[in-house]
Amino acid sequence: MSAVALQMICVAALLGLAVLAIAISRSKISTAVIYGATLAVSAIAVAGALRGLLGGAGASTLTLPVGLPWLGAHFRLDALAAFFLVVVNLGGASASLYGLGYGHHDPAPHRVLPFFPAFLAGMHLVVLADDAFSYLLCWEFMSLASWALVMAHHREPGNARAGYVYLVMASFGTLALLLAFGLLAGPAGDYGFAAIRAAQHTPYAATLVLVLMLLGAGSKAGLVPLHVWLPLAHPAAPSHVSALMSGVMTKVAIYGFIRVMFDLLGQPGWPAGAVVLFLGSITAVMGILYAMMEKDLKRLLAYSTIENIGIVFVSLGLAMAFQANGLKAAAALAFTAALLHALNHSFFKSLLFFGAGAVLNATGERNMDKLGGLIHRMPFTSFAVLVGCVAISALPPFNGFVSEWLIFQAVLQSPELPQWTLKIMVPAVGAMLALAAALAAACFVKTYGVTFLGRPRSTAAEEAHEVDRFSLVAMFILAALCLLAGILPGLAIDALAPVATQILGGRMPAQAVQPWLSIVPIAESRSSYNGLLVMVFITASSSLAVYVIHRFASHALRRGPAWGCGFTDATPAAQYSSVSFAQPIRRVFGTLVFHARDHVTMPPPGDLRPARLRIELHDLVWSRMYAPIADAVGFLSMRLNRLQFLTIRRYLSLVFATLVTLLLVLAIWT
Amino acid sequence: MDVISDIIVQGVQMLLVLLLAPLLTGYVRKVKARLLRRQGASVFQPYRDLLRLLRKEVVLADNASWLFRVTPYITFAAVWVAAALVPTFATGLLFNWTADLIAIVALLGSARFFLALAGMDVGTSFGGIGSSREVMIATLAEPAMLLIVFCLALVAGSTQLSTVSHFLASSYVGLRVSLGMALVALFMVAIAENARIPVDNPATHLELTMVHEAMILEYSGRHLAMIEFGAYLKLLLYVSLIACVFFPWQIALYGTGALSYAIGAGAYIVKLALAGFLLALFETATAKMRVFRVPQFLGAAFMLGLLGTLLLFVSRSF
Repeated sequence: MSAVALQMICVAALLGLAVLAIAISRSKISTAVIYGATLAVSAIAVAGALRGLLGGAGASTLTLPVGLPWLGAHFRLDALAAFFLVVVNLGGASASLYGLGYGHHDPAPHRVLPFFPAFLAGMHLVVLADDAFSYLLCWEFMSLASWALVMAHHREPGNARAGYVYLVMASFGTLALLLAFGLLAGPAGDYGFAAIRAAQHTPYAATLVLVLMLLGAGSKAGLVPLHVWLPLAHPAAPSHVSALMSGVMTKVAIYGFIRVMFDLLGQPGWPAGAVVLFLGSITAVMGILYAMMEKDLKRLLAYSTIENIGIVFVSLGLAMAFQANGLKAAAALAFTAALLHALNHSFFKSLLFFGAGAVLNATGERNMDKLGGLIHRMPFTSFAVLVGCVAISALPPFNGFVSEWLIFQAVLQSPELPQWTLKIMVPAVGAMLALAAALAAACFVKTYGVTFLGRPRSTAAEEAHEVDRFSLVAMFILAALCLLAGILPGLAIDALAPVATQILGGRMPAQAVQPWLSIVPIAESRSSYNGLLVMVFITASSSLAVYVIHRFASHALRRGPAWGCGFTDATPAAQYSSVSFAQPIRRVFGTLVFHARDHVTMPPPGDLRPARLRIELHDLVWSRMYAPIADAVGFLSMRLNRLQFLTIRRYLSLVFATLVTLLLVLAIWT
Repeated sequence: MDVISDIIVQGVQMLLVLLLAPLLTGYVRKVKARLLRRQGASVFQPYRDLLRLLRKEVVLADNASWLFRVTPYITFAAVWVAAALVPTFATGLLFNWTADLIAIVALLGSARFFLALAGMDVGTSFGGIGSSREVMIATLAEPAMLLIVFCLALVAGSTQLSTVSHFLASSYVGLRVSLGMALVALFMVAIAENARIPVDNPATHLELTMVHEAMILEYSGRHLAMIEFGAYLKLLLYVSLIACVFFPWQIALYGTGALSYAIGAGAYIVKLALAGFLLALFETATAKMRVFRVPQFLGAAFMLGLLGTLLLFVSRSF
């Protein structure tokens, strides 16, 4: 059986499960059956995709007699698709495992169960599609399935609006993709990817395709300023679905971008790289600043996804710039870094969403300022989440650091670029990336510190309990993957080599042959990094320190109340909250970016009213870009409202007039 | 034979930083006291402080978790590994290729990450204020530091610290605008990272202006000893970094024999003494600034780093 056939069978199985779920979703065993079966199917798909990626058997194709008449639906599994299938199905498998436990707490399982396998099948199909028609159809199927999952808890405040904004943005994105593929297919209208790849595209069309892809795939991935739906929709779904949407679906969008810009369009040219670099760096910094200002745990994670998408796009932009100038090694480095960061992000973002789900389950709270002290009550969850926080903050020896390190190495290759625009731009982009990385660390100190450390700020947090075994296993597997990808990055980089070879015609040097499995992007004299040894050194020196201390120092230990400057019985509300923790950063960056203002109402002495602090934040993207559009649409629809109430005669004359005008336009045009 | 001497150099280096770190801090304190016309404590006082702290009991807050107890060791280990990768008296360290300058910055970042978490663990406002201000300073200092790294990497064609130092010591680089900017920026970052005046005051306790000390306020006994030791090491690390990159004179090049190692060690001690004196002089001559002036201070470092990097992107000879 060919590799792609195996994947299609997995898809069919997932769709079958979706149908089965409709039938049995009201019975008690439905959760176990559906998530268990999805887990099994995803595991098989991962194995198949890994074999396709590492086996080097080349692309395998399949044509199904469905879809457009005489055309059929084409599916193809090549190295690029295989890599993204690994990401999709690892995410799907871990989410199913988590769902085995988490799903039991769902108040309305029949609203989630049928759409969960359908959503996975949709993502699967997008990655496999080999003609524009199937691609768009599957893309829309994926969007609708995820929309249904966003609306699963439709009665909760804000979710209906989230679903509405998501639907509008997703339709807009699909429209952009439709136009992009229309341009690519050209007047001959051959929708197969093979034909598009072979065709010559004029620079004018290529520019338009870039813009449309940035609108279509970029809106799904969450590029600023098209990100507004993401922090609304991702947190609204149940937590394992949030993990899939944030950790995996954004990767499918990145897949679409890579497929079109690198594979179908061929050489995108360096100005395209400059545009992508610019948007990516803005996205990275804006995303993490939004996250820093946020106190809703799941929304914060969604904003942090925007940051990571920005990092991936910066790396892709670098790859485009290098590729356009024929710098093969540097292009392969930047491209591999982008893929590795996408993989890493799917690991730690899923882990963090699972952790947020566990907290939500145990306390019923998403607001960090009502949590605290969970490290005592949920020891395993808090450990796994700590690993995720360290990994996402790009700290060694975890995986987030490796991909960011590779991107910095790619930035350092850029003095070779001949264009002055890029020469000036790339260092500034590097500075923005460094800023985003430092802000990410600050943001996750806040997230972890306020949620898990300190004293509980509410009774719900005081009475929290550890989550079930399945959820814990899912979290710990992802935590282990974060560490493994961090200490053995050479293996992951080598696994990505077929993708780089397929897309760019070049690859990074083989890393597995380096001594001690260190990674060397270009040459050892330039730079190298060895996560394994860094971890060994840290472990060895901390063990040595612990040994010496426990051998020679005093063992005495006393528990006592914390030092509170004389106020020994301060309430837990006096602790630093997420808002107060973010205050210095809000003052430094917020005044510029969010027009942030603090208003303090201080009652006069003797007055017993409490003092009040009100914080004003303005989302400039929303108020400057979306609000005017929404106003214009509202205005126009009010004006056109009259058209609804015409007599039949007037309608007919309107239709006639339109027809005549169109025919006239056509006559003049040609 | 080569491997053995490599291991010896690396081992000596790791021990040397441990032994010298408290001395440097004690020396800076002594010079500061003398400049203020005080007698000051002995230069060996930090060693005594450490030993005294080790003998004391640990008082843990009721609410402290395991994270609070492991943080001192993680922090110390991360800083020590970072310090071991900075050449002090000789280049060509054995584990040079394990981690480059970017990784060293990130290792220091890990240490700070855990310290800031520990500051929030007990759940008092003091820890929170310290952590929150520490990460605010770090969000500006870290990018500035990375831009300095870019600057150095572009001049030397490598991010491996030992290679950079070897290159700058052995070939004629000359005076460069970009390196000058990087030096000033690195000095500013080092001041901020080590919680020195004018960014923070290492000598205050229980004042609302403090940052680092507020964060570790709940620590006592052996835990505090580890954190203090980590702080001493970090100061030594930054001084060594500035010395080996910008003033690599007499640093022993790889495989040049025992005599040059001895000369290198002597030169290193002289450099430390000079740097410590200059630091003390600078600290007595300036006043601490308000917390919200710090972003401007570090913003200047960030811009200097960016300008230096841009100059190098424009032309390698700046």
